[in-house]
Amino acid sequence: MARTRLRYPAFAALALAFAAAPALAQNAPGVTDAEIKIGNTNPYSGPASAYGTIGKTIAAYFNKVNDEGGINGRKINFISYDDGYSPPKTVEQVRKLVESDEVAFLFQTLGTPTNSAIHKYVNVKKVPHLFVATGATKWGQPKKFPWTMGWQPNYQSEGRIYAKYLLDNKPDGKIAVLYQNDDYGKDVLRGVKDGLGDKAESMIVAQASYEVSNPTVDAEVVQLKASGADVFINIATPKFAAQAIRKAGEIGWDALKIVNNVASSVGAVLKPAGLENAKGWYSTGYLKDYTDPAWKDDEGIKHFEAFMKKYYPDGDLNSSFTTYGYSAAQTLVHVLEQCGDDLSRENIMKQAANIKELELELALPGIKINTSEDDFFPIEQMQMMQFNGERWEFFGEVIEGKLG
Amino acid sequence: MSVDQEVNVGAVSKAPEAEKKRIQLSGSWIVFLVLLGAACILPFVTRNFQIFQFTLVIIYAIAIMGLNLLTGFNGQFSLGHSAFFAVGAYTAAILMDQYGVSFFWTLPAAGIVAFVFGFLFGLPALRLENIYLALATFSLAAVTPTMLKLTPFEHWTGGVQGIVLLKPDAPFGLPLNQDQWLYFYSLAVAVLLYFVARNIVKSRTGRAIQAIRDNPIAARAMGVNVAYYKTLIFGVSAFYTGVAGALSAVVVQFVAPDSFTVTLSVALLVGLVIGGVGWLPGAFIGGAFILFLPNIAEEFSKGLSGAVYGVILLLVIYVMPSGAGTLWHRATQYLSLRRK
Repeated sequence: MARTRLRYPAFAALALAFAAAPALAQNAPGVTDAEIKIGNTNPYSGPASAYGTIGKTIAAYFNKVNDEGGINGRKINFISYDDGYSPPKTVEQVRKLVESDEVAFLFQTLGTPTNSAIHKYVNVKKVPHLFVATGATKWGQPKKFPWTMGWQPNYQSEGRIYAKYLLDNKPDGKIAVLYQNDDYGKDVLRGVKDGLGDKAESMIVAQASYEVSNPTVDAEVVQLKASGADVFINIATPKFAAQAIRKAGEIGWDALKIVNNVASSVGAVLKPAGLENAKGWYSTGYLKDYTDPAWKDDEGIKHFEAFMKKYYPDGDLNSSFTTYGYSAAQTLVHVLEQCGDDLSRENIMKQAANIKELELELALPGIKINTSEDDFFPIEQMQMMQFNGERWEFFGEVIEGKLG
Repeated sequence: MSVDQEVNVGAVSKAPEAEKKRIQLSGSWIVFLVLLGAACILPFVTRNFQIFQFTLVIIYAIAIMGLNLLTGFNGQFSLGHSAFFAVGAYTAAILMDQYGVSFFWTLPAAGIVAFVFGFLFGLPALRLENIYLALATFSLAAVTPTMLKLTPFEHWTGGVQGIVLLKPDAPFGLPLNQDQWLYFYSLAVAVLLYFVARNIVKSRTGRAIQAIRDNPIAARAMGVNVAYYKTLIFGVSAFYTGVAGALSAVVVQFVAPDSFTVTLSVALLVGLVIGGVGWLPGAFIGGAFILFLPNIAEEFSKGLSGAVYGVILLLVIYVMPSGAGTLWHRATQYLSLRRK
């Protein structure tokens, strides 16, 4: 039906001029009848440049959308700048996007420190700051920061999911936690504690933290085992998570072992840790993994594969960053379609906070995106999975990690 | 005393050239005033975000001036100036955030704290020469982000989260918006610090400092206290960089450990070389270079922006092997020759 409207652009314009002139004037800057300008920053250079794949995937996806006619007839003009993961550069680039390029809104700006630097600015300017690419919990504060929204499961939700699983399956467990000593590590740990509720005190028998500057976490793992715990939660980034998995295997720690989602990559974490050491570990996921043979005939994965071959042939199909970018872009397209012809900043934000039961092609079956005026956490469900020595196997129901 | 004598002798022998020198001097004054005038008009004809960019250029220029005093005039290498930048930025941020100090007073405070820091670091640096000093300062830069993340300091530094600041409004009801006000404030600080640096270089202290660079043994034989001047200039250099850091904290409205990595130190060094080692006004050219070049490089190719940056840097160095300073000197020489 969007097509029919397009066939009579002159008529549509005339009708709008008469009937909806005020509404048209309210459209966000960067929105015309022909295009929507969207701003983004990604680290295409510098130490965190691996993440740049996400920005490139999103740009490729919008090319696909444009080739197919755009959204309600409007092409997407995706302007993505390099910030090198440096907060001052992010401020500069975002100000350029908002004040000079005059984008309608920001989408998937990447990184926790970088987004922190612009958090206040975008909220003062009332520019929608949608689906930021970081898992910190602070992006979901609709009262304090009504223009900023996260996307991926936040770290606290993930912690709650582990807590829920443990309460259901090992209620008398003695838990040892290893965590990275920064906002990310503390966020996950807080989720675990909140999820355990009253039992947190009695169940968590040991916790050890490490600094990113530490060469190894071997000593911490040995110390945690000595506490006599029979559950080990490994909240670490890839390098340290791999060390912990290897050490736990070497010292023969017989426990229910959980590694967090950021370190669940088979190639980057489990292989270096030794697949035999990683066998039996638990984790959570929310997106389909291209390398997983279980999804070989899956429609979504097939679409993704076709997209990558045509629009991003240099991209790595196996990387979780490409599936991530693809899914985030699809979420945004859904929101923009829902906006219809009212592309004011208010309505874009309103529709972003009004996603109901959206199932993404690459999300695990049963995982649905829901947002509301008070819920700025799009993905809050994850599924438990266990490593069988070759690949992750999902099991059980999708678990909800809702905050609050 | 001995230093003064030597220079007096030099001045006498150069007396016939004094006439020409005055013409040149007034020429550079005209250039200075024209540029200053242009800099004052700039914020009224550009957009806010461009004003913000120019403010950053000025801030980097102040930091590069500080580095120039140390490296260009005293010959001590430093890859650790991101640390002094961070010290200044965090001092300002903590004072504003925790103690409600007005932004005006945070600048001298940040400068003094950075001075003490630089002076203390200058003491062990005395024993190190050239590349060894570069390495020692490099480690300072490398360790800074980690130090800022440490839990014991988190109460003040905000850990990885950093500190978010508010922009000050223009005082006395001046008809300027926040960006314009910060621009003029930074510009005033930069011009002030430029003249201070210029006077330091031309003073007795400055001559001592340069004598140490050119020949430490000869300087000592002339009665220059090498250790004193070396640590002093380390402190002064850190002061400049700390003030720049404090300004950047306010302008960017945010400080976080990831803002002050080794990359910043390297950028400042690049700016120094591009602007001209031992030529103070070059700092502004260097500042513009390190701010705008990455943006230009990105225009060519996203994936290869680093490589494009390198190629442009190589070309620039090829065209002006000793930075913009020599280009300027050659141009003025050429002009004064033609006038004859």
